[in-house]
Amino acid sequence: MPLDNVFNFSPNADLDPCPNAAETIIETRNLTLHYHGKPALQDISLRFHKNEVTAIIGPSGCGKSSFLKAINRLSDLIPGCRVDGEVCFNGQNIFDLRSDLMTLRRNVGMVFQKPNPFAMSILRNIDLPLKEHGVKDKDERRVIIESVLQQVGLWDEVRDRLHDSALMLSGGQQQRLCIARTLALSPSVLLMDEPCSALDPISSAVVEDLIKSLATQYTVILVTHNLAQARRISDRVALFWVLDNVGCMIEYARSEKFFNSPKHSLSAAYIEGRRG
Amino acid sequence: MSHSAFPLTRFRDYALLFVSWTAAGLIVFFFLWIVADVLWSGLPSLSWSFLTTTPEDAGRSGGISSIIIATLMILAVCLVVALPLALGSAIYLAEFMRQDGRAVSVIRRSLDVLAGVPSIVIGLFGNAFFAIALGMGFSILSGGLTLACMVLPILIRMTEEGLRSLPQSVRLNCAALGLSKWTMIFSVLLPAAMPAIAAGLILGIGRAIAETAALIFTSGYVDRMPESIMDSGRALSVHIYDLSMNVPGGDQNAYASATVLVLMLLMINFTVMLISRKYKPQQE
Repeated sequence: MPLDNVFNFSPNADLDPCPNAAETIIETRNLTLHYHGKPALQDISLRFHKNEVTAIIGPSGCGKSSFLKAINRLSDLIPGCRVDGEVCFNGQNIFDLRSDLMTLRRNVGMVFQKPNPFAMSILRNIDLPLKEHGVKDKDERRVIIESVLQQVGLWDEVRDRLHDSALMLSGGQQQRLCIARTLALSPSVLLMDEPCSALDPISSAVVEDLIKSLATQYTVILVTHNLAQARRISDRVALFWVLDNVGCMIEYARSEKFFNSPKHSLSAAYIEGRRG
Repeated sequence: MSHSAFPLTRFRDYALLFVSWTAAGLIVFFFLWIVADVLWSGLPSLSWSFLTTTPEDAGRSGGISSIIIATLMILAVCLVVALPLALGSAIYLAEFMRQDGRAVSVIRRSLDVLAGVPSIVIGLFGNAFFAIALGMGFSILSGGLTLACMVLPILIRMTEEGLRSLPQSVRLNCAALGLSKWTMIFSVLLPAAMPAIAAGLILGIGRAIAETAALIFTSGYVDRMPESIMDSGRALSVHIYDLSMNVPGGDQNAYASATVLVLMLLMINFTVMLISRKYKPQQE
């Protein structure tokens, strides 16, 4: 860590009055991200706490999604993307050469903006990743599949057509299937990249309730452009902003504190809808 | 309607509609004409014994059993060699190479050029390389390998296009679920690209089974029943060419053989379509 950053650890400094209140599960240290040599995110240092929902909000193009993709190293797949700094998952830097990508992604699941079930049956959509991660017993997989479909409230809707193509489901159902597929691997962290924004209002509400219900068992990091949603379901909020053409974090606080008495003037302007 | 605000636009619309329908109609008409002509002249002399006996009197009488067997053997050699090579190359091109790099575009252009090389040139190459240099002589093996060279570029490009047309989000989803690259390619991407692979296969088989020039130089035109792939064998298209050009009085059997060829092609296309449909999601 560069020296001046040690003394400049500002956004997090007075973040939590009692730092041991919640266990840190993911921590980013001076995370900086470049696309084709051009900086997109600068020096993001954040701590995510176990079994909390942290919302990452901010205007378009401020690097929210890129940040999320760095946390499970999906950024590896994006051509021209370079990540510097550290992301520690349970104290282990994921950019370490020794870290096992498959295990990381099993533990840190991701749900995308656009539901993207594979062009195969509903059952196989969940069965395939389970098999890949070594659940060899077929009956065991069936039990897991049923339980995760129950968990996302999809079981009663699809129990009679598990062998139909997943592409026949509605958008909201597809998104819940994708969440179920992720849950089947029993991750401890869920990264969600605007999971409701491609859905109609009713499906969106269903998925939002689902996220809220998941928050007791999982650590959720939720990127959203929907302020009301962030206010409704998050425990903490991080506001990203574009300053000098680079995304950076300008405030990180508990939700009620952030929405009721934001410290940064841009936060206040964003909450009131004057900026952003 | 002449008082419409945009009479000219409307006229243009109708004219365009007329032209496109006429063009489509003409294509269908000529296709049906050719097929009808072949079937009309060929079907009457088609019989069970025609399919099950070997040619006699240079093909004027007798059947085409040895020709059918040789054709199927050549096609089999071609596909057994070309399919795995094409799948492997396409996967490497689409999933392992840097897509913004120079190498990938050079390879793509080269394949496109190769796909357009006249078959007679491929035939001469096959003759020089497989028949003479590798010492395979005029044989079904030489013919099949030469055809494989001919259909490889088509198969590779169609499969590769099929893979590349799948949205990047599919790959991101696979990675986010911790799937290995192997599982992603064989369980997710290839099944999804199946329609494109099938289309490439149909095009490739169509080109291979209709090939005459490349086979004359490589598999030869011995019309005896082949006993192994090292034997020379006469393909259906070569048989048709020989009967209609070199054998006076062979026209009737040429038509009958052409009928068999057309029916064979239809059957193969139908089978490939059935197989690829199994992989397609039932409905979007």
